[in-house]
Amino acid sequence: MRRRKKGGSEVNIHEYQAKAILREFGVPVPDGHVCYNGASAREWAKRLGDGPWVVKAQIHAGGRGKGGGVKLARSADEVRNTAREMLGMTLRTHQTGPEGKVVTRVLVENGCNIERELYLSLLVDRGTSRVTVMASTEGGMDIEQVAAETPENIFKEAVDPLLGLTSFQCRNLALSLGLSGKLTAKAVGLLQGLYSTFVSCDCSLLEINPLVVTAQGELLCLDAKFGFDDNAVFRHPRLGDMRDYDEEDPNEVEASQHDLSYVSLTGNIGCLVNGAGLAMATMDIIKHSGGDPANFLDVGGGATIERVTEAFKIILSDRNVKGILVNIFGGIMKCDVIATGVIEAARQVSLKVPLVVRLEGTNVAKGKQLLAESGLNIVAAEGMADAAKKIVQAVAAC
Amino acid sequence: MSILIDRNTRVITQGLGATGLFHAQGAREYGTQMVGGVTPGKGGGAIDGFPLFDTVREAVEKTGATASVIYVPPPFAADAIIEAVDAGIGLVCCITEGIPVLDMVKVKEFMRGKTTRLVGPNCPGVITPGECKIGIMPGYIHKPGKIGVVSRSGTLTYEAVWQLTCVGLGQSTCVGIGGDPVNGTSHLDVLRMFEEDPDTEAVIMIGEIGGSSEEEGAYFVRDYMTKPVAAYIAGVTAPPGKRMGHAGAIISGGKGTAAEKVAVLRECGISVAASPAEMAAALLKVYKPDGLRIAV
Repeated sequence: MRRRKKGGSEVNIHEYQAKAILREFGVPVPDGHVCYNGASAREWAKRLGDGPWVVKAQIHAGGRGKGGGVKLARSADEVRNTAREMLGMTLRTHQTGPEGKVVTRVLVENGCNIERELYLSLLVDRGTSRVTVMASTEGGMDIEQVAAETPENIFKEAVDPLLGLTSFQCRNLALSLGLSGKLTAKAVGLLQGLYSTFVSCDCSLLEINPLVVTAQGELLCLDAKFGFDDNAVFRHPRLGDMRDYDEEDPNEVEASQHDLSYVSLTGNIGCLVNGAGLAMATMDIIKHSGGDPANFLDVGGGATIERVTEAFKIILSDRNVKGILVNIFGGIMKCDVIATGVIEAARQVSLKVPLVVRLEGTNVAKGKQLLAESGLNIVAAEGMADAAKKIVQAVAAC
Repeated sequence: MSILIDRNTRVITQGLGATGLFHAQGAREYGTQMVGGVTPGKGGGAIDGFPLFDTVREAVEKTGATASVIYVPPPFAADAIIEAVDAGIGLVCCITEGIPVLDMVKVKEFMRGKTTRLVGPNCPGVITPGECKIGIMPGYIHKPGKIGVVSRSGTLTYEAVWQLTCVGLGQSTCVGIGGDPVNGTSHLDVLRMFEEDPDTEAVIMIGEIGGSSEEEGAYFVRDYMTKPVAAYIAGVTAPPGKRMGHAGAIISGGKGTAAEKVAVLRECGISVAASPAEMAAALLKVYKPDGLRIAV
């Protein structure tokens, strides 16, 4: 009933991988190749054409252009030099956070003469329960900003899942974007290619920003961003091979391997909770009580001693953690089982930070008794408010 | 009275594996009429007193089932829902977590114009305390009464129910609508049912970050509802762009934040609990039951 490898650690891919997928589905993208050093960048530039070329840093974050991660080069030597400068540099953009990300690979691709920049995206719209194609004349801009400032420049078509994206819907979008003549037919092909990609790869988001019209009258996807439905990764094994673990939070990767849903945050109170909603609520009540949560962690409904122990290890590997709050509402899961798991885990990891445990539900009396008799320094709490207050106080006293 | 299910509801289980069987037994102990199971290839047999059928259609014909509960694993769950809808069953509760969203897009399309109500997926189920329990919630925390509960989360629903029970407030029906972005039943759907149910006097609505199901529910409360409503929204501290366990619990493009939802709910006259420990207290601010013994 429960799915494996859940939450917290979504699959992300690089731009060069995204473009390779699009190419498979016949969607036009610039010719290019990923490179790991300056010499190969120079070599690939010469193979790709006569220039100019664009060298693009490959990291899992947007806003690369402004951070110096996208540069034009007019000779093969310049491609090499630019690639050398980028590789190893720490790129900081509005999406990387202040610590930035180290560039380990670059994409070298042919440049093009841009006449117009447009925007396209596909996503699952919750309101209509359908895949929706969004197009905008404001290419290169943040779509949220366009939606806020000039919503009349955004056009949408909702797709009937049984029919797929029809030609007339594509023509509607092309017309809205001001494309005419031969470009209309090209837009129909491109849009249907994007829809096939979206459905075949179980995407949650596919964004082309910008889509450009070149001086030669071609349509090209200059950048591509994919989001994948975590629930469908099981039927796309190759996505696993595309993951770049250097780009992911090691704790989140570790957690996903133990079937735990974990997201790291910036505070100092670790939380271990059963259920996603209760886990979020626990973070909230810590904040409400004047503390700061260090993570979101859902151990799920069928937590075993092993999983609780792994969860403790993951929480404690975050050096900011100064205390742990365990909040369990045992329904199907019995409180005495959880208590045994907590005691076992606390012993195994030789816990040194304060631990507050709130148990409620099936076999709660037995669970509390086990904790009290464990000889461990565990503070028992009655209800969520009491639990939050106690852990915030304990951490403040450290 | 109640909504969706009562003592006359007859339930079949799709996916009577270890998990499905465990919960089917729990529901039967609670008093639910669990009339059989569907396990393709095992039709004609029985397991622990539950007669088995090859298809939902056959199970409905032979048992008179009016509801189905689904524990089928994610890759096959969408097909199980479609089979139940095709058999014309009135209510389908899909407990399965992790169904691909594009599978659910197809399910929703197939359900257009059909009379079946789908609750879930990725939900704890539905319970009318003292009468019928469909799903995985612990029965004993509930108490028959007049408060309706609707929620996207499982354990957080138990928290709310337990707070209600502890202050002496029983529940008419509790509905877990599930944490997925594409699902069968929304907050609004359930609020409408509670408004029409003569035995529900007040409602607790529990939501979380992501989407706009809570806001749509809130506008219904403002425009049409005569009964008092309290609420709690989880995820005030959730960072944007990160999925918080549930597939649907993600703040994307600055939309679906808890603060935004709380503001809309308050504007619509809903009593919003500032902390998850105060859900029952938030309800008691707007609802004064007769003869209630406050046991706080």
